[in-house]
Amino acid sequence: MAKTPPPSLIRDDRNPVKVEVSGLNKSYGSQVVLTDVTFDVKPGEIFGIMGPSGSGKSVLLRHIAGLESSTSGTVTISGEDPRKPETRDRFAVAMVFQSGALFNSLSVYDNLALYPLEHRLCPKSEIRDRVMRALRILSIESAVDKLPAELSGGMKKRVAIARALVMEPQLILYDEPTSELDPVMGATIAEIIATLKEQFTVTTIVVTHDRDLALTIADRIAVIHQGRLRAVLPPAELRRSTDGVINDFLNPKIDVRNPRFKQLEATHE
Amino acid sequence: MNRIHELLEAFGSALLLAFRSFRSLPAAPRILKRTAEQGYLAGYTTLPIVTILLFFIGAVLALQAGNTLRDFGAKQLIGTLVGESIARELGPVMVAILLAGRVGSAVTAELASMKVSGEVDALITMNIPPERLLVLPRLLAVLLVMPVLTIIGNIIGWFGGAVVCAGVSTIGVEPEMYFQSLKQYLTMGDIIKGLVKAEIFGFTIMLIACSTGLRTRGGPREIGFAVTKSVVFSLIAILTLDYFITKALD
Repeated sequence: MAKTPPPSLIRDDRNPVKVEVSGLNKSYGSQVVLTDVTFDVKPGEIFGIMGPSGSGKSVLLRHIAGLESSTSGTVTISGEDPRKPETRDRFAVAMVFQSGALFNSLSVYDNLALYPLEHRLCPKSEIRDRVMRALRILSIESAVDKLPAELSGGMKKRVAIARALVMEPQLILYDEPTSELDPVMGATIAEIIATLKEQFTVTTIVVTHDRDLALTIADRIAVIHQGRLRAVLPPAELRRSTDGVINDFLNPKIDVRNPRFKQLEATHE
Repeated sequence: MNRIHELLEAFGSALLLAFRSFRSLPAAPRILKRTAEQGYLAGYTTLPIVTILLFFIGAVLALQAGNTLRDFGAKQLIGTLVGESIARELGPVMVAILLAGRVGSAVTAELASMKVSGEVDALITMNIPPERLLVLPRLLAVLLVMPVLTIIGNIIGWFGGAVVCAGVSTIGVEPEMYFQSLKQYLTMGDIIKGLVKAEIFGFTIMLIACSTGLRTRGGPREIGFAVTKSVVFSLIAILTLDYFITKALD
């Protein structure tokens, strides 16, 4: 009897979604985090959100994931509110957290199988096939029985991406996917993100302060500075931008002979 | 004023959590394994300390009451006093206090750590309600385990009293007389009232533990604060509820 082929990780009836952010404002008490942020992400594109630490990138991503409520303004995924369980159910929004956010008490296999099991997407044998295929795509089959605590930072990120892939997402959100990784592993993760987009035509949003990652893989990049959107441009145009803030961020100058450094030197002497 | 606001918010969110958890009840067959695991953690691992504690509570109660009742010539009533005190009051209260300290604190620490590390957010983005996966199994487990722990604790406490009555020469009440006196006045209603208390205490402790854990924000320091808060709130809730339940059931 012929063996049934493993199920596809992206169903045919699923198409990449459009994300629209309109006039988004967010404050925590008196602290303003986002001010009047407006942009849209086209179906199937890789959209980078870049900016210095503390500029509000991750908060913006949490709004798109439906984990935060805005002070004012709206975020929609193909016209629907991402905070509603029905929206998450319909579009399977997957998020790869900065820390990985793997379930520490579960093995890598159980981490990946949790979503299809809980949503009863398919029989257990098919879930196994689906999980193993995701692990193969990310080249981490050997980690299947390990606990998250036994994995390196890079492996954790890959497991988190594999877990997102098992969800058959139409939208994948990456929060700082290359943070805390060495440059080689960072490049590998960047390749994985680009390959997944090519293979599975999902809409991808990557929040990062890794300039090289964003400029390499993104179709368009939004630059956020102090909670405000400075520009939304393709990488080539962003490189040519004359905006001082964007230039400072893309081409930081390191001057070890600046006055502050000399002051420290003097204190030491 | 802020404290009161915080307290009311905590109370409201705990009620909401209970409501959301029980709304997931139709999914109960799917969480049987998790419920059994939580039952094991809450019940089996707490049992040894429950037996030790209740044995000595029964023993001390018999010792204290024995010497006093002997002076009044009523030492034949020691069994009644120990039996009723443990079944109606000390059994459920002491088991609940142990549960709050041992299981409630562990649950708060685990859930707070999951919240802080983003695991709870990961569940939400996967459209898996944390109430169904993390809270409902624990609530069901504690509802199953509390009566069993309390009954075992009661029996051990009664035996603790019997050992002291037989072993301490100044009291000198034979086990037969002790148990006869215990049986004579202790009714099934007393035991059931104790079990009702135990169920309410257990449910409250687990709800406080889960709610406090899931409301944690920040880092490791906040996890520690959350555990302390959970245990303190649980102890206050046990003793406050004890008064009102006793009044309602009498």
